[in-house]
This record gives sequence, structure tokens and C-alpha cells, in this order.
Amino acid sequence: MSRRHIHRGTELMLYLDTLPKGGHAVIEKIEQRAPLDPIATRLGELGFVPGEAVQVVATGPVGRDPIAVRLGTSRFALRRGEAARVGLRAVS
Amino acid sequence: MSSTASAQTPASNLHIALVGNPNCGKTSLFNQLTGSRQKVANYAGVTVERKEGFFTTPNGRAIRVLDLPGAYSLDSTSPDEDVTRDVCLGRHPSEPQPQMLVAIISATNLRLHLRFLLELKQLGLPVIVALNMMDEARRNGLKIDVAGLQADLGMSIVPVVSLNRAGVIPLLQALDLPLPPPPAPLPAEIDPHMEVRRLLAAYVIDPSTGKDRLTDRLDRIFLHPVWGPVILLVVLFVMFQTVFAWAQPLMDGLDSGISTFGQIVLKPLPDGILHSLLADGVIAGAGTVIVFLPQILILFLWILALEESGYLPRAAFLLDRLMALAGLSGRSFIPLLSSFACAIPGIMAARTIQNPRDRLVTILIAPLMTCSARLPVYTLLIGAFVPHRTVLGIFGLQGLVLFGLYAVAIVSGVIAARVMTRGVKSEEHPLLLELPPYRRPNLKSLALGLWQRAVMFLSRVGTIIVSLNVLLWALSSFPLPPAGAPGAAIDYSLAGRIGHLMQWVFAPIGFNWQICVSLIPGLAAREVAVSALATVYAIGATDDGAADKLLPLLSTQWSMATAFSLLAWYVYAPQCISTLAVMRRETGSIKTVLWAAAYLFGLAYLAAFLTYHITRAITGVP
Repeated sequence: MSRRHIHRGTELMLYLDTLPKGGHAVIEKIEQRAPLDPIATRLGELGFVPGEAVQVVATGPVGRDPIAVRLGTSRFALRRGEAARVGLRAVS
Repeated sequence: MSSTASAQTPASNLHIALVGNPNCGKTSLFNQLTGSRQKVANYAGVTVERKEGFFTTPNGRAIRVLDLPGAYSLDSTSPDEDVTRDVCLGRHPSEPQPQMLVAIISATNLRLHLRFLLELKQLGLPVIVALNMMDEARRNGLKIDVAGLQADLGMSIVPVVSLNRAGVIPLLQALDLPLPPPPAPLPAEIDPHMEVRRLLAAYVIDPSTGKDRLTDRLDRIFLHPVWGPVILLVVLFVMFQTVFAWAQPLMDGLDSGISTFGQIVLKPLPDGILHSLLADGVIAGAGTVIVFLPQILILFLWILALEESGYLPRAAFLLDRLMALAGLSGRSFIPLLSSFACAIPGIMAARTIQNPRDRLVTILIAPLMTCSARLPVYTLLIGAFVPHRTVLGIFGLQGLVLFGLYAVAIVSGVIAARVMTRGVKSEEHPLLLELPPYRRPNLKSLALGLWQRAVMFLSRVGTIIVSLNVLLWALSSFPLPPAGAPGAAIDYSLAGRIGHLMQWVFAPIGFNWQICVSLIPGLAAREVAVSALATVYAIGATDDGAADKLLPLLSTQWSMATAFSLLAWYVYAPQCISTLAVMRRETGSIKTVLWAAAYLFGLAYLAAFLTYHITRAITGVP
């Protein structure tokens, strides 16, 4: 998957699927792919909500897909398409 | 309601349900509470496992407890979670609403589990919170102000350790108290995530900031892009080595034990119909069931241990891409791989797939993974018809053909899965899999899990397989041939007649009546077709040399097209009644079984038809 950086005004929006392995970030928002997107809803229920810190702990062996993410005390495996819904605010 | 429960005074009976996130230790808590007093079945109409148990509190209160499927939310995304939501809300068609919930949350994963707990407050049911894995939390340096949290939540919290009996005593004592009032629901204007953050900030001190040293260190190895797959391969190799190597002596032992048993028991009986029924129908039928047991138990021991240790979700992570090719997720891999040994444990292993659609598709394509029972048939036909020649200097042609048969089956399975997963909505197929912390598997849970599998297999599947075997025996034995009649007895039986009739259907794919007749007893187990062929060709099937004697006979009597057509048939055909029986048991739906049989039959017929005519065209035989 290509790296997606979307410009909003002057700010650069980074998404969880492009965060490199070991990278930390804070969630900015969860994007709905469709009205009532069930995956976006489920991400929220799993704790992917704005303000939470995430870290990519591993990437899959083929095409770096899926990715393993630590969110607080939990770890989740996400396919890239799922991770692409999670908009991040980069932390230096 | 069990008889033990109804013997108590009505006031002391209590019907509760265990609710919690996946990986909160719910199942091990359930096992500690109920021990072996469990009933495992499916919820009506869905492939969701229903577990119910019974226990008595120290003061003698009889409790019936339902272990609801793990859920992240009442806003369900799967039939598993549908069950949990419907039972909690009292909407389930066949389950009454429980009188109280025991909500299990893990102290090591409060952020996730507290959110679901807040959702449970909306139900208006009394709730006791079992705060599990306190030992682990303490080791990680976590400090929880239980009293403060309890007062704030308005629900009583009982710290438990679900790994041992002593660890659940506080919960048993809490269940002796009068039911607490239902907690007040969270006001609608409060965001549950914010509420969780507030609770954590107020009552929990976590110095580890989410790091779990052991899990992080192991994940660096097990999820490593290079070492991860290597370790997985080694694990799978050892696993299947033990399934084959450890199970084989046990299976051989059981096999000869059963036949010796049969001989001893049936010795006083004169030869005749009753003897034949008991020996060839009942004992042989029960034998085919029991012989599977070592393989099933060893496979399940591995699967349960890998699941409990937390490794299985990691394997799913590593294999996700591969399985995505078939429209499935990594979880389907182990059931499918097991099906190469035998589809029966494979289909049973599909229980570990949470997504019901994935589970169904995995069950439906499991028979396409070439099971070991097909090998005798493949070996016989390849030996008879494929010349013993080397290709490109190093490969044996016979080996290549065998490899080709396996490859064709796998590719067909992938295509079939793709077709089946495509039609169902165009929605994205989510992975979203939790990777729980690594844990040492609990022996009691493993033993209980194995015991349940064994009982389930022997009682439910066993009865179907034995009755079908008796039916097949009757078909192949009656009516008896007239005295002094030439040829094989089976030729005069109902099966023989059906075989002759079947030829009308099978002639277009090149099957002669002998093949058709042997297909019928082959329904009991695929490899039986070889001995049945020997019977039909009047060689005498009982001795081990049947295949050796058949080989030259077949190579002169059959055309190459017929032989290849039969091989193609065997790649697909729903030949094994036991597989269909276990499918029926696991999906609870006869419609699914009929559908599976129909699609496999269609594929088999098509493949055999094409093979037959293409081979005829190439070999130039009319």
C-alpha cells in the first residue's frame, strides 16, 4: 500500500498503516469509510479513540501486513486497511 | 434446570451468566467454578458454542451458570456477540435472561475491559465484578484501589485468580450474599472512554505504562518477519509430526485391540448374519470411530495449549496474508492443515475460529484438503497406471502425480473458499485480532478441554458413524447370494444392485460397475474402497496383500482414462460419511451438509468427466 500523507491546511496527517515499526503516535481521530462503518465502530470499542497512544510493535512477514499495535495495555493485529482508518498526530 | 438445582428451595436457586471480553480468563473461571459439571452444545441454529455448568456455593445455593461468548461490546459485530447481547438483554429466543451477571475483567487490561463493564451497567441487571489476574497485576507492580473503584462504579468487585480453586473462593462467597441492586446506568452525556480514563487516573497506579516485559520480548521473536515464520514452521512441523508419529502406534494398537476384542467376543457365535453384523457392522464401525481418537486428542492438546499460551493469535497474525488469498483469516490455517491428516479433527478444530462465516467456509473446504485416507487409493492407482519413470533426471513421475493431486486439491480449496466468501456482502473482511499476553497454559483447563472433545466426539459423532456403518453393512450384505452362485457376494447385494444402477450416472466419467459397487462401502471410510474393489474382483479383501494383487489386475482391465478419472473423483468426492457426520454435528445444520455434499459431488463429477475425456483424447483410446 502506498504511503498516505494528506495535507490539511499546513498540517500533515499521518495514518496508523504508515507508522513504521517501533513508531509511537497519539490517535487524532478514527475515520469512517462509510456511514456507520462497522470497522470504525469496532476500532472505537477496542479503545482506538482520540488521545490514546499507539505503538507499532511488529509488521507481518509479507508486505508488512498485518501490523501489530500496542494500545495501552492491549495488543491488536490489524490489517492495513483497518489501520488506515486511524488518523494520528505525530509525536517527536 | 438440573435435578440437583430443583431439589433446593426455589429461593436458593440462581441463574447467572459470565460476561467478559475475550482473554479475560472467563473460561478458566468457568472451569474453576463448575469443574466437570458442564454441558457443551451449540446455541440453536448458530455455530456458536454454548457452555452451561452447575455448582453449589459454600452455603448451599445451587447455581446454574452460562458461559457467554467473549464480547468487546453489546453493539455486536458477530453471531458470537449476538448471543451475548441477546441473552444479556433477555431477547434470546431460547435462553431466559439471567438473574445476575458476573462480569469478568482482567486487572492487566483494565482500559479495554472497564469500557465493556460500563456498557453492562446499562442493562438493569445485578452485576458482580470479578477482577481477575490480580496476581499477575501485582507482579507487574500495578496498584488498584479496589474499594474506591467499587464505590465509584456502584458494583461490588471481587478480586479473583481464576488459575486455581482457592483463587475463586471470594467469588463463591460473594454469590452467597443477597443479590445486589442493579447499578445505575452511565448518564448518556458521559463518553465511556473518558469515564474509563477518569477511573484509571483515580484508582489505578500502573508504573509499567502498558509494557509487559515478557510479552514484548517474546513478540520481538515470535512476530519477527524472519524468525517468526521460521519458528511457526518448526512448531507446525513438530505438531504434525506428533499427530502422525505419536498417534500411529496408538491407532494401530486400538485397531488390533478392537479386532482382537471382536474375535474373542464373537468366538462363541456361529458364522452367519449375526456374526457378520456384529463383526463387520458394529465392531468395525465403532473401530473406525475410536481409531480417530488419538489423532483428535493429540491435535487438540496442541491447539488448546497454543491457544491458552497466546501463541495461536500470533500464528494467525503471521499467516493472515496467506489465508487472505482464500478470503479467510489466519485462524483458518490450523484446521485446514489438520485436515491433511483427517478432515474430522480438522472440522472440529474449526471451533477455534470466532468469525462464524470463516468457520463455515473452513468447514466446507476442509474435505478438499487431501486426507491420509485417500493415500491408499492414490497409491494403488498411481502404481497401476503411472509409469515408473524419472522426469528431469531427479523427480519420479509417480511422485509428481501424487504431488499434483495434492496441489490441485489445495488450489481448488482456495478457489472454492474465494467463491464462497465473495458472495456474502462486499464488506471488508476484518482481522482486528487481540494479541493477548503470553501465559503458561493451565493444566486443568487443558484436561477439561480434551475431555470435552473426547466425549463430544465419541457420543455425538460416534453414534452417527456407527449407525451409518451398520446401514452400509446391511446394504452390502443383503440380499444374500443364492447358494453356489459364482462371483462376489456383494454383487448380489443391494449395494451391488445400486452399483449397477449407478453405472448409468457414472458411465460418462468412465466408471465400470465394479468401481460403482466399491464406492458404496467406500462411504464408510475412503480407504475401504480398495478392499471393496478387491472383494468385487473376488480376490479376497481380508488379507493385507489385496492391494498388491489388485495392482496388475487393474492395469490390464481398466483404461488409463478410467483410472485417472477415479483419481480426479477422489480429489473432490464427499466420500467419507464420517466427515459429513462431523460436519452435521459442528454446524448443526443438515442443509449445510447437503450443500457441502452437493458441491463436492458436483466438483468431483466435473473433474472426473474432464479428466476422463481429456485422457481419452490424448491416449487415443475410443
